[in-house]
Amino acid sequence: MIKWHKHIIKISALATIVLALAGCSTAKNNGSSQGNNPGQTIKIGVNMELSGAAAGYGQQQKQGIQLAVNKINQAGGIAVGKTHKKIQLVIRDNKTSNTTAASVAAQLVNNDKVVAVVGPAATNAGTASIPNMTKAAVPSVSPSATDPGYTLQKNGDVQKYIFRACFQNNYQGSSAAKFMTNTLKAKNVAILTDNSSDYGTGLAKAFKKTYTGKIASNQTFQEGDKDFNAILTALKHKKIDAIYAPGYYSELGLIIKQARQAGIDVPVVGSDGMADAKLTKIAGKSNTNKVYYTTPFSTKAGETNPKAASFLKAYQAKYHATAPTFSALAYDSIYMIKSAIESEQSANSVKITTGLAKLKDFKGVTGTITMNQNHNPEKSMVIEKMTNGTISQAYTIK
Amino acid sequence: MQTIGQQLINGLSLGSIYALLALGYTMVYGIIKLINFAHGDIYMLGAFWGYYAINGLHFNFILAMLSAMVFCALVGVLIEYFAYRPLRNSPRITALITAIGVSFLLENGMTYLFSANARSFPQVIRTVTYHVAGLRISNIQLLILGTACFLMLLLELIIKRTKMGKAMRAVSVDPQAAQLVGINLNHTISFTFALGSAMAGAAGVLIGLYYNSIDPLMGMTPGIKAFVAAVIGGIGSVPGASLGGFLIGLLETGVQAVGLSAYKDAVVYFVLIVILLVLPAGIFGKKTKEKV
Amino acid sequence: MKANFKYNLAWLGVMVLGFVIIDACEFLGIINTFIENMLVTMGINIILATGLNLIIGFSGQFSLGHAGFMAIGAYATGIITQNIATPLGFYLSMGVGIIIAMIAALIVGIPTLRLRGDYLAIATMGAAEIIRILINNFKITNGAAGLFNIPPLVTWVTVYVLMCLTTIITVNFIHSRNGRAIMSVREDEIAAEAMGINTTRWKLAAFVFGAGTAAIGGSLHAAYIQTIAPGDFNIMASIAILIIVVLGGVGSITGTFVAAMVLGALDTILQNFGTLRMIIYALALILIMIFKPAGLLGNWEFSFKRLSRRLRKESAIHE
Repeated sequence: MIKWHKHIIKISALATIVLALAGCSTAKNNGSSQGNNPGQTIKIGVNMELSGAAAGYGQQQKQGIQLAVNKINQAGGIAVGKTHKKIQLVIRDNKTSNTTAASVAAQLVNNDKVVAVVGPAATNAGTASIPNMTKAAVPSVSPSATDPGYTLQKNGDVQKYIFRACFQNNYQGSSAAKFMTNTLKAKNVAILTDNSSDYGTGLAKAFKKTYTGKIASNQTFQEGDKDFNAILTALKHKKIDAIYAPGYYSELGLIIKQARQAGIDVPVVGSDGMADAKLTKIAGKSNTNKVYYTTPFSTKAGETNPKAASFLKAYQAKYHATAPTFSALAYDSIYMIKSAIESEQSANSVKITTGLAKLKDFKGVTGTITMNQNHNPEKSMVIEKMTNGTISQAYTIK
Repeated sequence: MQTIGQQLINGLSLGSIYALLALGYTMVYGIIKLINFAHGDIYMLGAFWGYYAINGLHFNFILAMLSAMVFCALVGVLIEYFAYRPLRNSPRITALITAIGVSFLLENGMTYLFSANARSFPQVIRTVTYHVAGLRISNIQLLILGTACFLMLLLELIIKRTKMGKAMRAVSVDPQAAQLVGINLNHTISFTFALGSAMAGAAGVLIGLYYNSIDPLMGMTPGIKAFVAAVIGGIGSVPGASLGGFLIGLLETGVQAVGLSAYKDAVVYFVLIVILLVLPAGIFGKKTKEKV
Repeated sequence: MKANFKYNLAWLGVMVLGFVIIDACEFLGIINTFIENMLVTMGINIILATGLNLIIGFSGQFSLGHAGFMAIGAYATGIITQNIATPLGFYLSMGVGIIIAMIAALIVGIPTLRLRGDYLAIATMGAAEIIRILINNFKITNGAAGLFNIPPLVTWVTVYVLMCLTTIITVNFIHSRNGRAIMSVREDEIAAEAMGINTTRWKLAAFVFGAGTAAIGGSLHAAYIQTIAPGDFNIMASIAILIIVVLGGVGSITGTFVAAMVLGALDTILQNFGTLRMIIYALALILIMIFKPAGLLGNWEFSFKRLSRRLRKESAIHE
């Protein structure tokens, strides 16, 4: 025992030498602060959840990205100064893992020399990639990272190279709270939160902050859950006027189905994770009544927004389905980068960053977007109402 | 009172699903002492088979379920033949890693071929809700409960009353001795995999119909829960697996009913640990005395 | 003991050499951020897998809960360094993480280590899941959203040095009297008990030691990646570490090193295969296990002692 202790002391003494050595490790000078420049083509990286838990959402975003790139390339590419350059996509899968997302980001910016990145879909995978994006001075636009802190540093300053195309949680959550008080006149609500990511919990937090009525019940579920009967049975005997359920369509569809079957017919209000045609398919048409959700993108938008109309048509033609919100946001992410390149007349990654930060009145599929100082897009929000599985009404939020 | 009754129904219908899955785990473990990690994914394959059988081949429900059972039995036997048989004499932990590999392969292969998106299962049977004494129960819940109980009884009969069942029990006690008395080890193990996988196939179609949502990763969580159920019941025991399944179903329902939904899984694991500490081989598990 | 010290010195030489090589490559620009990321992930995985190998390979206890202890280390660092953003704060947080993880391992281990084989595996898996679910619901850990903007207090150098340190300590622990007691428990518990070895105590010692190294891995992970979320430490994370141990060879530290590097490189190369990556990974896993059932290196261990003995023998023959 004593010998062993002696040993440890010797080893730690040697380790100290190594640590001292570590001190002399070469301070690496990062020479790439000038950012990446395009070659013959404009390389855009995609750091996306294509396998693992969030693969469903990631694949929808990939479709939107590919649709946008095909369309741009067919039209001759992006005008950079006097020449036109085509986009070359470098798509990499981050397995819905934060560590892998960081590695993918490093590969995209260092080895593939992309000038901009779209993704990742989830906030955590996104924040894990921020250090590598910042080091290489390459901007990234996430179609769906919703945590309010995603684009901010610890001290509250903006992350220079990080942008998003979606709403942040506070805006959506508080809008839903106001809508439920003012329009639905709900005085007692139950909250049902997706407790497996920042998305559901963040929205619920923002909702609770704004909502003034009584919260009768506060329950959570996990991504991949299929049985909500126990929670719903418990809710049934509570006096509630509405349910606020921030989460994704795969679980929300089931919640709506099981709630209606259990005889709960109060309004269910959700967020843009629900804005997907699959919701009705999973819940069943006759069950999808009095369902509301906040969203930047409406499949009804095609009636007023020509950009959205052509996107919906192209999506339908290629994938034979109604375009989901995630695809629309990803589609816009590519066009936002395109707009930044054109306004700066350069596809250098630092210039694209400047262009993205100055984005103003950009006409996208998900509305007219102006980038605010915190790199959050300002665009109008719609609350859609579904009756019998179709959108029956849309309320615009100012 | 009414709420409690309703929650009991919820718990039982959830539990019957876990029980059906736990059966497969328990049988395979009983015979070759392998935690078949891919079992939950076979259940996913069953659901997808049901989806295509109904949508593409226009099978009716019974036919879809039977064909899914046959299909999954086949897949189970193939997996055993290619991935587990070469490792029968290797350390058990090696076989476990291979099983994890098979699970990854099935999940990601299906994601690659059919996309990761959730899809809705064709509703071949219309949901009818019956109201009895203030309680509501749907025909599909009854169907699941009925099928689960029927299959469990059938399984118990096969194991206890048939020659193959006898061989299975013999192999699980001592494979070498079983071979000595003329039992074909390979056939018996293949049969066990076929039987267990068929149960998973049936569960896949039933759940597809009940929840109306299937995706390539749907087997992951229920797979682990069902395994926990099998361990609680005493892994290797068929009645134990059923009991474990119902127990977990009721437990999860109970925890959510009292408003602790965030800690649902934590409570399940806690109960698992406590049961194992009191009964180290599970509720119906055989206690083995170690000989020096 | 002197002889052992000589070999330790030889190992230290190898480690310093490795350090100089990586440092030179970094200086010459051969290693960019991407390769550095890969190397750091390998290093952290080696720390995690060495600890698990001690539990599984040397004490023979099948634990499936390594990610739970890793989570404790990671969150200790995440929470403390957000308030004390200095290198000292990092080492402090690592110490706190190790202590909490060891206490948790004691709480989990004392009752569950009576269980055997797969029952122990499932119990430890349950314990790790309980830890994760608690983290997922606590306010201080920021719930499911996890922590981000963790100060970057760790470079590849820190990871490298700590990897070397934990390995040296673990290997010396295994080769000590205590290590032999632990291995005797693996070989035959009843015989060991008959020899007067307190089996429970040594099983627990290995388990707690392993938990401590897991916490170190977690701390490094948190500070290097700068983002942690409860989902990073689920059952699949425990399984990923288990895969490294089994693939390298249960009971071989050299094997753990090789497997961590092979899998790390494989995972990085597969990034070029888009959606096919996980399919290829799964196939590779199945095939390696079928053709190398005892792992890449079995329980073979590289040793300077054997090498020098062989060299001496050879030179004797030549003379």
